[in-house]
Amino acid sequence: MTTVYLDHAATTPMLPAAVEALTAQLTATGNPSSLHASGRHARRVVEESREQIAQALNCRPGEVVFTSGGTESDNLALKGIFWSRQRRRVLTTSVEHNAVLDPLHWLAEHEHADVELLPVDSLARLRVEALRESVERDPDSVALISVMWANNEVGTLQPIDDVVALAAEHGIPVHTDAVQAIGAVPVDFVASGVDALTLTGHKVGGPYGVGALVVRRELEVTPLVHGGGQERDIRSGTIDPPAIAGLAAAVETSVKEQADAHARLSALRDDLVSRVLAVVPDAVLSGDRNAILPGHAHLRFPGCEGDSLLMLLDARGIECSTGSACNAGVPQASHVLLAMGCSEAEARSSLRFTLGHTSTQRDIDALVEAIGPVVERARAAGMRTGPA
Amino acid sequence: MRVLAAMSGGVDSAVAAARAVDAGHDVTGIHLALSRNPKSYRSGARGCCTIEDANDARRAADVIGIPFYVWDLSDRFHEDVVEDFMSEYAAGRTPNPCLRCNEKIKFAAVLDRALALGFDAVATGHYARLRTGEDGLIEMHRAVDHGKDQSYVLGVLTQEQLAHSLFPLGDTNKTDIRAEAEARGLMVANKPDSHDICFIADGDNAGWLAEKLGDLAPNRGGDIVDHASGDVLGQHEGTFGFTIGQRKGLRIGHPAPDGRPRFVLDIEPVSGTVTVGPREELRIDRIIGDRARWCGSVTSRLEGTVQLRAHGAEHRAIVHTSGSEREVEIDLLDPAEGIAPGQAAVIYDGTRVVGSATITATSRVSVDAGPA
Repeated sequence: MTTVYLDHAATTPMLPAAVEALTAQLTATGNPSSLHASGRHARRVVEESREQIAQALNCRPGEVVFTSGGTESDNLALKGIFWSRQRRRVLTTSVEHNAVLDPLHWLAEHEHADVELLPVDSLARLRVEALRESVERDPDSVALISVMWANNEVGTLQPIDDVVALAAEHGIPVHTDAVQAIGAVPVDFVASGVDALTLTGHKVGGPYGVGALVVRRELEVTPLVHGGGQERDIRSGTIDPPAIAGLAAAVETSVKEQADAHARLSALRDDLVSRVLAVVPDAVLSGDRNAILPGHAHLRFPGCEGDSLLMLLDARGIECSTGSACNAGVPQASHVLLAMGCSEAEARSSLRFTLGHTSTQRDIDALVEAIGPVVERARAAGMRTGPA
Repeated sequence: MRVLAAMSGGVDSAVAAARAVDAGHDVTGIHLALSRNPKSYRSGARGCCTIEDANDARRAADVIGIPFYVWDLSDRFHEDVVEDFMSEYAAGRTPNPCLRCNEKIKFAAVLDRALALGFDAVATGHYARLRTGEDGLIEMHRAVDHGKDQSYVLGVLTQEQLAHSLFPLGDTNKTDIRAEAEARGLMVANKPDSHDICFIADGDNAGWLAEKLGDLAPNRGGDIVDHASGDVLGQHEGTFGFTIGQRKGLRIGHPAPDGRPRFVLDIEPVSGTVTVGPREELRIDRIIGDRARWCGSVTSRLEGTVQLRAHGAEHRAIVHTSGSEREVEIDLLDPAEGIAPGQAAVIYDGTRVVGSATITATSRVSVDAGPA
């Protein structure tokens, strides 16, 4: 059975360039902090990688702080800026990833942060007016605003320009979690005006366990991890040259190929959506059709339990996601869909198909062929409570 | 066949799943998430319901080489098993939640969903044997390992449910199952057996009920009354803390005149009265049951045996069914002690399960007692 992989937003296969860059460094010896020739070689790999990433994202090399990935970058940005700014309020959206929501809940619980989860519309787009109202109620008390570049579940792009413009009126720093956006849509750090940006390797065709926080030089960030202060004194820990080389190659390649990938993937995605809707006419597409990541197709199948659909597709070699956080393997009703105004049952009846660099027309054909009988089966099995 | 193996994270269900694979079935493993707020780690003698147990089940599925998913049945479990457990205790009865779980969850909600999703059967690690009788009906028999036999908690299953059930462990002794798990490389081989009620972590039923019952509690205290004299011997903190036949925890200040221990004979939730008396008053020889369920055809009169609690003794009995086939009258040839309404009477013909009923009333052997 061939695998039809339609879960690129969860993780995407490594790009050949990234595999090459990573494996080339695996046998090299040298701690980038060492002063001898081997150390200098390792340091050079790291600094060249930093420059590659800086060039791809249009930031300064010194603004790239390597981390263990998206979750650490988000934690560092949120807690680090909250502590350095010494202000009470943190404003964010109700559709952020848990890597943003959980640190903020922690800050609220342990550091008396006043966290506001701002509402979104039915397409998962932040209501900028709600943000404006919240900021203007007391601008001086806002430590930072964090708004994701693109939603990981439904793919909706957030109005980052509007958020930055509003924040700039009051000198409030803006963080954005851009893990889904890099390589999918144009991301220009300087032009965007954000102050801190999260990215991670495994979503852009790089390795797991490595990522970066791009953070404006002038912005003070209180470190979370103390040790050798290797990364700009913001982040400590021995630097990992192979992972960083792989990350840089992936960011460079995916950004260089972004425009072509966007055209190719959005055409495939549109084909997927229209053909699935032709087979299952009452399925509902979620998210903003006009401002959406190219590879995202988030669909609700009324009367079906998402995990039934997932299991039936998995048995046919088709891999996707219920598009929601799991607790011990149990899909919970997605907070994103609930924030968009869906009922619990609607939220649990969804599947997320996400395309990436290895996706082909054959993947779409396989899904279109399978989806009809699968939906019929899942519908017969009913929703979780089942027949009483 | 396409088989759905319910995997608790324990050794039995892991071996059952592996045996289903060996038998040539196309097996998918599922773990049932039954707790609304699962704890990370197992504690006490519970055998399911924690994230650690789900992970144990997942690792067993990896080793066996089958797909694995977690199904969330916590809401159904709460409604059908936990709430039933609470309301039964509130009404002064003594329910068996494991039996209710088999009736309502494992072989109903799960089985229904499995069949709808294209599976042919559900396999579990219960110790019981199935075979097809001469009449073509499926018979359930006690397991070879009588110490582990679980046909009692499966006694509520109907022909239709049994037709889609697999119990791969019924012909094997538990010690051999552990050895087999070890040989198969299943890391749960030495995991302790689970007992007690899975949703009561510390095994303190009365404490759990006192906390959870809330407005459902019929009373928060009342008199402990002597059966013979009618004297009030003490006070209690809620009738739901008691079960018929209970001896411990009565906290009666002064001993009985004859100096012998006293047992709970009757629980009256409305008045809040708990009646106690000597052991011989617990002896009963007649049982009325309702909600009868039959594994196959029903006979109006059967001489066989009945089992009245999990791992309890067998009693020789004559069972009569009433016209509706939903009610039974059981005359015990060997009297039983401490039998509480709410418990199940499972009826056997030799090793074969004939059916079951929920006990609604019992009659004492002694002349002066009415129904308990």
